[in-house]
Amino acid sequence: MGAVLFELALIFYFAATIVSIIDLFKEKKIISYLMFSLAGLGFVLHTANIVQRYVVAGHIPITNFHESTSFFSWSIVLIFFVLQFRYKVSILCSFVMPIVFVLMLSSSMLPQEIKPLSPVLQSYWLTIHTIVAFLGNAAFALAFGVGIMYLVQEHYVKSKHLGGIFGRLPSLQTLDALNYKLITLGFPLLTFAIISGSLWAESAWGSYWRWDPREVWSLTTWFIYAIILHARLIAGWRGKRAAILSIVGFIIIIIAFFGINLLRKGIHQGSFTALL
Amino acid sequence: MKIFVAGLNHNTADVEVREKVAFNESRLDEGLRKFRELAEIEEAMILSTCNRVELYAHVNDTQKASESVKDFLSEFHHINRALLDKAIYTHDGVDAIRHIFRVASSLDSMVVGEPQILGQLKEAFEKALEKKTTGILLNRLMKKAISVAKRVRSETKIAENAVSISFAAVELAKKIFADLSGRVFMLLGAGEMAELAARHLMSNGVKEVIVANRSFERACDLSKEFNGRPVKLEEFLREMAHADIVICSTGAPNYILMKDQMQKVMKERKQKPVFLIDISVPRNIDPQINDLDNVYLYNIDDLQGIVDANMFERKKEAEKAEKIIEEEIEPFLKWLSSLDSVPTIVALREKAEEIKKEEFEKLMNKFPEMEDKQKNAIECMASAITNKLIHPPTKALKEDPEDKDLLIAIIKKLYGINGEEKKDK
Repeated sequence: MGAVLFELALIFYFAATIVSIIDLFKEKKIISYLMFSLAGLGFVLHTANIVQRYVVAGHIPITNFHESTSFFSWSIVLIFFVLQFRYKVSILCSFVMPIVFVLMLSSSMLPQEIKPLSPVLQSYWLTIHTIVAFLGNAAFALAFGVGIMYLVQEHYVKSKHLGGIFGRLPSLQTLDALNYKLITLGFPLLTFAIISGSLWAESAWGSYWRWDPREVWSLTTWFIYAIILHARLIAGWRGKRAAILSIVGFIIIIIAFFGINLLRKGIHQGSFTALL
Repeated sequence: MKIFVAGLNHNTADVEVREKVAFNESRLDEGLRKFRELAEIEEAMILSTCNRVELYAHVNDTQKASESVKDFLSEFHHINRALLDKAIYTHDGVDAIRHIFRVASSLDSMVVGEPQILGQLKEAFEKALEKKTTGILLNRLMKKAISVAKRVRSETKIAENAVSISFAAVELAKKIFADLSGRVFMLLGAGEMAELAARHLMSNGVKEVIVANRSFERACDLSKEFNGRPVKLEEFLREMAHADIVICSTGAPNYILMKDQMQKVMKERKQKPVFLIDISVPRNIDPQINDLDNVYLYNIDDLQGIVDANMFERKKEAEKAEKIIEEEIEPFLKWLSSLDSVPTIVALREKAEEIKKEEFEKLMNKFPEMEDKQKNAIECMASAITNKLIHPPTKALKEDPEDKDLLIAIIKKLYGINGEEKKDK
């Protein structure tokens, strides 16, 4: 049943992606309503899928590559809906749903079986660390979407050709502020994830830090986003530069996420240890 | 029974003619009354704005009406008739309906999509209602025209996007800054155009206004008007660091703001975005400044370019609006033609009544000894028969069939009703 829920969620996300792209070019209430309904239904099914796996496995389902990719996209949709609720930047949907769909599609192509978890990893840290880490990365994913929106809009204003989706996109300042908010949300989450991860490592293996590729990756992204925040506050790197940096940051996250998981797949059973 | 329009607008008449033909507030009542009193006019209404004067009417003979309306205008406004003939257009029937719908929807306006015309039309209609110069036909037509205009406005983007330079500047400012209420706005030089743009910005509620001008006195005057702060022109650079939006229109013959200066300003502002509007000719701001991050520089041609593009957009939207109007004409025509059948129905009923009466009287003459009770019974039966006989054709006419004209003709022929129907006035 879990697989069916997942497939359905994938289909709904796909439909929402298509509709969200139509929405970008055709401003109609009905289209926007359809887009949110599809994404919302997808999210409900997706949540049911995660809960179902949780019940079967007895722990949070982020223990293989399929699950972590799926949970990653789930976190993105969650934060998107929170943002939509607070800031009503509905056009963001058109820039986020494609990312969600691609992640879900990759997740669907990975082995989905639930395997027993090594006892050494069974700890409440598993839940806390992974949820915080993925929510942080999801915030960065949204910052990526907003960054792209900023660059598109900036291009319109700079080039003085105000056609296309210029009218549909929010103001530069709204986008810049949203980008900043997302990074200030993601950064403490990432920081907490790294700290909780090392505490967990200590209790599981007896050392805080082992220069594992996953740890190096986390630290790299942490530095990138630290630089983004620092540059904004000190040197006034806002607007275009902040947008570009948040795009680069997320690309690095994605490359590392897939790179590490795929490379390590052969060495370790499942890919969970790589996740640590 | 036809809708008739006679009028002139910005396309057919120069302002010299338009101002002569215009019905001023003071003479509108009189004009409306005289227009209604013309022999050929059944219902009347006058729309008079600075871009158009139009007379709407319900007439029976458009040819005669057209002549008498022109005579009336020429007499009322003391204008040469030949001059009027050149400027006036007339429409009747479907064309008149279409014309009125287009006027209401602002498709016939000088600036297509401008919203005032609908309000003006409503006012003209209210005036006519007040003076009771309209009737069933024009009332229905005007209500329809207003609803069509509303539909056009909500279903097309005809009234969206700025079509004037100062509005374009405000729209752009809103796409750079989320809202203008917390912004500091600087006026560099005080040309007429700059003042106009400033007024639009002010109405969007900026936080603070700084006015810099070569003549400090003028800067002070303008500051008072905008509730701002005057500075000397030489000091503007120091103030630039605070300004989010700058409108520049000094009479300087060269650039007064160079790229390296702006770079310093941006550093001081911590790269907060700034919107520079250079509407001076020759330009006063080095165009290379637009290459700087977070600086958006627009000159007069850039803004004009946006206005032109928006105009083009409006024209595309206007095509959609034309389609909506065509859709709306159809049901109105249907309603109109349903009115046509009314005289036939009335005539049919009269004919039946006449026959009944005739036959009844003949019978009475033959049997004068008949009692009242019997008379009543016979009359009742006669009524029942005639009513039942004319019921099917009446019903068929009321159902508004597609081939109604044919049906009306057939019924007239079959029942021997001649062409001279009574018109309801």
